[in-house]
Amino acid sequence: MDFIDLLQLVVYGLVLGSILTLGAIGVSLLFGILRFSNFAHGDIMTFGAYSAFVVVSVFHGPVWLALPVGMIVGALVAIAADQLVYRRLRRTQPVILLISSFGMALIIRSIIQLIWGPQDRSFVKGIQMPLHFGDIVVRPDHLWIFGGCIAIVVAVHLFLTYTKMGKAMRAMSDNMDLARVTGIDSEKVIICTWALGGALAAAAGVFLALDTRLTPMMGWSALLPIFAAAILGGFGKPYGAIVGGMVIGVVSELSTAVLPPAYKPAIAFTVMVIMLIVKPTGLLGARR
Amino acid sequence: MSFELSGLASYGVFLLTLAAIYAVVSLALNVQWGMTGLFNIGIAGFYAIGAYTSAILTTPASSEHLGGFGLPFVAGLLGAMVTSGIVAVFVGLITISLRSDYLSIASIGIAEIVRLIFKNEDWIGNGVRGIAGIERPIGENPLIYLAVVLVVLALVYVAVERARKSPWGRVLRAVRENELGAQAAGKNVFRFRLEAFVLGSMLMGLGGALYAHFIGFVSPEAFEPVFATFLVWVMLIAGGSGSNKGAVLGAFVIWAVWSGTELLTNLLPADFTTQASALRVLLIGVLLQIILLRRPEGILPEERPHVGASPVSSTEEEEEETA
Repeated sequence: MDFIDLLQLVVYGLVLGSILTLGAIGVSLLFGILRFSNFAHGDIMTFGAYSAFVVVSVFHGPVWLALPVGMIVGALVAIAADQLVYRRLRRTQPVILLISSFGMALIIRSIIQLIWGPQDRSFVKGIQMPLHFGDIVVRPDHLWIFGGCIAIVVAVHLFLTYTKMGKAMRAMSDNMDLARVTGIDSEKVIICTWALGGALAAAAGVFLALDTRLTPMMGWSALLPIFAAAILGGFGKPYGAIVGGMVIGVVSELSTAVLPPAYKPAIAFTVMVIMLIVKPTGLLGARR
Repeated sequence: MSFELSGLASYGVFLLTLAAIYAVVSLALNVQWGMTGLFNIGIAGFYAIGAYTSAILTTPASSEHLGGFGLPFVAGLLGAMVTSGIVAVFVGLITISLRSDYLSIASIGIAEIVRLIFKNEDWIGNGVRGIAGIERPIGENPLIYLAVVLVVLALVYVAVERARKSPWGRVLRAVRENELGAQAAGKNVFRFRLEAFVLGSMLMGLGGALYAHFIGFVSPEAFEPVFATFLVWVMLIAGGSGSNKGAVLGAFVIWAVWSGTELLTNLLPADFTTQASALRVLLIGVLLQIILLRRPEGILPEERPHVGASPVSSTEEEEEETA
């Protein structure tokens, strides 16, 4: 294992990390406002990815068009889950929402299986010519994924910083009561947060499917590293999720240099547990 | 001792045995969640540890996996509880004081790591091929095994119910309802939570062992970990979390519903058979949401002690005085 191999793993890690980041930003935003970890997030990812796949497979559209379609569907699924179930449970303990979202994850996954069947699919058929940067090999897909994620993260940043709704979201995440007093329509903000979280999850799903394959379980399997990323960055801190996602992605890939690749999810988990013991507030310091 | 059961009766015995095994796990979850408020969705991890431990302890020697101890059934069950308990102590020491959503995420991680280890470390349990030939006690007769499982269930129920009524159980409820209050009353909250977590995990291991001897085979994919965990949660919540009677009743009711949905999906045209299991999971998922929305306390809600209860006569006197 020489330096070039390690550098290659870092490249893979950044690609994986940018996908995890998109998922983790949504989880973190939702936690900041609703105070619960949405276990259905992974399956919203999968649903968005399959919806985007319809554009490519049925209508033979290009992937860049499929992405926004998937994101819209992801947003709609998230809003539907909230309006049908979560909204009515909001006044109970947050832990009831946790159980409910665990059930919601299975509901969404079984709907995916009912519509698209249990078999694996893939977005792009055929073999891609890899690009060579010196001794580092990169698939064109990886460039698209990385570039797409950066573009989306920048858009989210601009949205949170400059729009009224983005500011309202941050205000609600910082102090719910104070935000309400200033006249923020909390119901509207919650719906927008679900829409944003769902859309980001769907984008993560599309990119994950581009990187690997489309399977009904892919979102659920990604949930653990996504939560790990969100916790690492500090739950409720969307900007922390970027740091968390990248760290988890790179560490997971680098671990394959010494451990069998099958243990990648265990690495994300280990990093998360160490973080919880050493500094439970996350790298950027979340609120408790 | 060989009499043949008719097809339907033997299917009934099969379902009842599984329901009773689920009831053991549901009671185990009730110790953790119902009584103490510990959010564990890594049930499948402890279940698998129990199943593998018992399989390794009781099967004859094999070059393909660890073990070859050929110990009796009871030793397998006890071993399963001890191993699950030891793992739970280590896991608990690290995660038990975390907030409930962190604990739940950590518990998924533990279950996932357990699955990865059994899948990739061939020397322990023969990897994906699993361990076969796990025998039932006192012959292979399914009726006898059902009786064995029911006896174990009864023992677990009595033990857990006694624990619930004991001072120990009262402290657990205090920890669940008001952690700071329990702390202020001088209770070591960490220790009580850890004890409840370990006891629950040991019983989950016991459930896994019972399952391994019933099916005769364990493998990393044999028990659909996420779904099994989910089903146990639905059982406990439907039955009434906090109540041991509810936990057992919920297990039998939800298992009946789950098995009933199979009859339902069998009526579907042949083209849909591959989708049938997804449809069944969907129905159970929707059922959970309906229970949470309509009757979150379950069929048999937890009996809550009357606050400030004193002997009846004296309260009556007081009421008369105030009146």
